[in-house]
Amino acid sequence: MNLVKQGTWVQIKKIILKPSQRAHNLPEQTKKTPLMMWVKGFLTENALIGEEVTIKTLTGRIEQGELLKINPSFMHTYGEFIPEILMIDKICKDTLFGCESNE
Amino acid sequence: MNNSYDSVMSRKNQIMQSSVGIDYNRYEGKYLNFDYEALLKEGDFTLSEIRTIQNSNGVGNTPLKELRNMTNLVRKVSPDGYGARIFIKDEALNDSGSFKARRASIACYQAKKLGFNGVIAATSGNYGAAVASQAAKYGLKCIIVQECYDSSGIGQPEIIEKARACEAYGAEVVQLSVGPELFYKFLLLLEETGYFNASLYTPYGIMGIETLGQEIVEDCLKLTNKVPDMVVCTNAGGGNLTGTARGIIKTTNQKVEIVGASVNLFGLHMANDYDFNRKSFTTGHTGFGLPFIINPDRSDVPRSAARALRYIDRYVTLTQGEVFFITEALSALEGIERGPAGNTSLAAAFSLAKSMTRDQIIVVQETEYTSAGKHHQAQLAFARKNGIDIHFGNPIDEVAGKTIVLPKSVDLINAVELDLDNIRKKYIQTQVLKTEILSQDDIVFLAEETNQTKAFVLDQVKKYDRIVEEIDE
Repeated sequence: MNLVKQGTWVQIKKIILKPSQRAHNLPEQTKKTPLMMWVKGFLTENALIGEEVTIKTLTGRIEQGELLKINPSFMHTYGEFIPEILMIDKICKDTLFGCESNE
Repeated sequence: MNNSYDSVMSRKNQIMQSSVGIDYNRYEGKYLNFDYEALLKEGDFTLSEIRTIQNSNGVGNTPLKELRNMTNLVRKVSPDGYGARIFIKDEALNDSGSFKARRASIACYQAKKLGFNGVIAATSGNYGAAVASQAAKYGLKCIIVQECYDSSGIGQPEIIEKARACEAYGAEVVQLSVGPELFYKFLLLLEETGYFNASLYTPYGIMGIETLGQEIVEDCLKLTNKVPDMVVCTNAGGGNLTGTARGIIKTTNQKVEIVGASVNLFGLHMANDYDFNRKSFTTGHTGFGLPFIINPDRSDVPRSAARALRYIDRYVTLTQGEVFFITEALSALEGIERGPAGNTSLAAAFSLAKSMTRDQIIVVQETEYTSAGKHHQAQLAFARKNGIDIHFGNPIDEVAGKTIVLPKSVDLINAVELDLDNIRKKYIQTQVLKTEILSQDDIVFLAEETNQTKAFVLDQVKKYDRIVEEIDE
């Protein structure tokens, strides 16, 4: 595995509360999981993915956790096409302008 | 310092007090009541000063637009002579893309004025980007704390987009898995950094929206020579409705009916790790709307300035399918592409307009920006991927977390009216259970809080075997 260099922009994850430390009034499905945190910052020392590391965040705070991603990216999209959306247009336009309008 | 969950929570009041620069004790009365109007004067801002602050920071003066095709569509399914004119306040055009910029602008102005180095807000909504954007203008550091992922690390597309926006404006984003203990990390961060708590629920978070109410009245008079008959606000934490209504009341003596609208997510638990990614709306829904209207002080400050029950005249719910349908209709018929959550109030207005006459005016008081993740196409795709059955039918049959029912015809968009008297009774119950004795001031307070008579309050209070002091000492 390649060494990630100090100063690289990374994302870490960390357990904030173990299941046993969590609030009392939680639904069962939440209670059995730990409270996790994800945060980004600059790596303070060379490390490998998966190692326990320290980062300096954008506000200058120090956080520790498991090294997860290098140069973490936003990959969210508009998702797979939903054809029903075209049908909504047709319903609206047929109602407003009459059925011929879409032909 | 002991940073265990219980220990940090026990320092809550002290941390909150020093992080907002407000001594809430000054406003407390005997037993239940506090001086709400005095709290709302915190900072000594006038409405015109707030407007100046906002206008010089990319906030406010958004256009009010008449939706002629939507109005005509409503009239196709309304009785003769019915179908009110629908207008929309295009709040997506504020810097950062939503009305939340109004709230953030005063919080960040105040943080800078009081000498804080940075601001923190706990929000998975548009407010994060709003605070980050305003903080950028004032050179303040900024941390946004989000509930974003389920425990397997799958994020809500809408919230991931909001994280991106926060980072675009230079903020640090701290993301957490599902659970109310987000508040614990939030308190730790306030303590660690000494930053200002840019809570949505401080007086600043509310007075910033009063300008929206004022602009709606002014814009409507300019366009139609009339004050709106009805204004519809998407309701979650209550601040949007509270601030808008206060702004309207400060601007006109004429009665404007204030309607709250939330997406119906009954049956989904907001703190459930599994349910988290089975909802298609992360804000503007009943999972926030109802708990906050019944108990506003469950927020992240000692006394919330968002108190919707004081101003709301009607409260309606819409299904996810109805709001997605209307969001697409806005795009297809008006050429205005906006985010779905902000269109909850538009879906409500579409339904309510059917029972209003053609000369009446209904104003939808917000829109929000749209982008990857934060779009009805993205949310529907995410729902389908999570096994939610999406089909056309009657939205009344929708079961949140299992189905999304898109209306098969326009006449099936029908807001469901909630029983506000029942909500008022639950509010009074929540309050009364906090104390053994009530003062006469408490009775007046509860009447103001519920916008009802003292007789209504006393009628409820007597159910709980509490002592009501005869005269205040």
